[in-house]
Amino acid sequence: MDSFLGISYPALFGQLMIGLINGSFYALLSLGLAVIFGMLHVVNFAHGAQYMLGAFVAWFLLNKLDIGYWPALLIAPVTVAIFGALIERFLLSRLRGKDPIYGLLLTFGLAMTLEGTFQYLYGSSGRTYGVPSALTGGLNLGFMYLPIYRGWVIVASLIVCVATWCLIEKTKVGMYLRAATEKSLQTQSFGINVPLLITLTYAVGAGLAAFAGVLAAPIYQVGALMGQNIIIVVFAIVVIGGMGSIFGAVATAYLLGLVEAITKIYYPQGSSIAVFVVMAVVLMIRPAGLFGKE
Amino acid sequence: MTDSSSVKSPWLVSTAVTVVCIAGLVLAPFFLYPILLAKLLCFALFACAFNLLIGYVGLLSFGHAAFFGIAAYSTAHALKEWGLSAEFGLLFAVLVSAVIGFFMGLLAIRRQGIYFSMITLALAQLVYFFCLQAPFTHGEDGIQNVPRGLWFGFIDLNNLTALYYVVATLCVLGYLVIWRVVNSPFGNILKAIRENEPRAISLGYRVQRYKLGAFVISASLAGLAGGLKALVFQLATLNDVSWSLSGEVVLMTLLGGIGTLFGPVVGASLIISLESMLAGSEFPLQVILGLIFVVCVLSFSRGIVGEASRIIKRKKSVLHSLR
Repeated sequence: MDSFLGISYPALFGQLMIGLINGSFYALLSLGLAVIFGMLHVVNFAHGAQYMLGAFVAWFLLNKLDIGYWPALLIAPVTVAIFGALIERFLLSRLRGKDPIYGLLLTFGLAMTLEGTFQYLYGSSGRTYGVPSALTGGLNLGFMYLPIYRGWVIVASLIVCVATWCLIEKTKVGMYLRAATEKSLQTQSFGINVPLLITLTYAVGAGLAAFAGVLAAPIYQVGALMGQNIIIVVFAIVVIGGMGSIFGAVATAYLLGLVEAITKIYYPQGSSIAVFVVMAVVLMIRPAGLFGKE
Repeated sequence: MTDSSSVKSPWLVSTAVTVVCIAGLVLAPFFLYPILLAKLLCFALFACAFNLLIGYVGLLSFGHAAFFGIAAYSTAHALKEWGLSAEFGLLFAVLVSAVIGFFMGLLAIRRQGIYFSMITLALAQLVYFFCLQAPFTHGEDGIQNVPRGLWFGFIDLNNLTALYYVVATLCVLGYLVIWRVVNSPFGNILKAIRENEPRAISLGYRVQRYKLGAFVISASLAGLAGGLKALVFQLATLNDVSWSLSGEVVLMTLLGGIGTLFGPVVGASLIISLESMLAGSEFPLQVILGLIFVVCVLSFSRGIVGEASRIIKRKKSVLHSLR
């Protein structure tokens, strides 16, 4: 009895583990997208590029300034968040009140520019980023072998997702934010600086993407195009979950990570399209998305 | 507007423009390389097909490369493996992209606005991964050395000038189809949906059917463009189904002018010329395209033709008020 439907336990749990890891990245990225969309009504196409930037900042810190993984986990998101704040302040804010399609197009252009620049400067091939020494090695759990770093990724992503949820649902800033999302003008008339709040929201969203990028650096390679394909998958996840709720976005992301892993076990060729197929099915049955309201 | 000259002159102007355009199309291969011109025409048709959705129904599809690419593969496969002649290969490609457009459209029109864009993008990515793995596309190599053969059995398409004229004729026909659709009762209903969907619904129109119809027409014409591209370059590759191509066609239309009939042609010409100019150099094209995107969105979202026609209109109204 060490197999399940013809798959041995180590292989099964190994795949499910990979599913959870991918789910963690999807969760962090769709969380950022959902936060930004909720406030700005902009689909941030540059999210993948910001994820890539986060990983590159960590790589620079390590190779040029000899600053390791742990400081990078803080510095990279902050750097990218500042960059994001500038983008919002000087570019996106000029599109307020226009059709949200223009926000999508603007961020698409930014993503192209950023990824093109990095590809030009550093080529398409990836660079390795070592696993920090405190998290090397693995644990034997009896039924499977767990590399410690991968366990850390899942824990870190969960912590950040819960923290972001608490920030929005339980704190005063979060309350302002929700108020501004519902009724922007009225909130402003109470003396709350809504434009600043919007800038901060975009910065936090970009920072979340960068955080995911740093987490991803030791697992995937750091490369100019690392954000390109993942972002489309995350878009599909956001459509599946419905962008309305933060909880929905995160839960769907983990779920879809697992669905992808299970597909990989039973029909490996289909794993890259599993998310898109699920999206098509969900659209047929429940067009508003699993957690969406309409 | 009762002034007879102001009624007559637009008609005269449009006739003159049409004559100049046709003369330009006929004479162009004597001055420029026919393959480049043919490529330009293919992408112009592609952008016009895309513009039918964004400009006249208000639906931003971010997955039009799926139709273009699938059609390119279909044409290439039909010509190379089945030995079909070019006209049947293209017909097959248009049918395939119409069918895919039907199913993609059926799903995508269930959501509106930004969701529509994300769904088309995701579904196009589905097509991309299918093409990546399906054996008939030959993966990274693509389908190469597609034989062009004879058009209607007597025009040798390996003669580049002849090839150009065939491509030009088909592209003009495709353009006329779009022109006809836009200026038909059907097109008016599409515009009504774009302006105010709930009102169109309350007037009793089955909005979803009209949207789907427009989607299928747009997909088929994008397919025609893709099929022609495969015929011109004798090549169908993964690049033809990639999402970066979907982005490029958005850029062409945005640059030329969304919702103008001629804008996408201008936009496509500019982008394709830019690409061929930069083809030899090291400079990364993607960066420039990205920057053009940003500039377009921020400072002239009407596009070149859109801005130009606005300036002309304003001048006219100034002249009118002076009179």
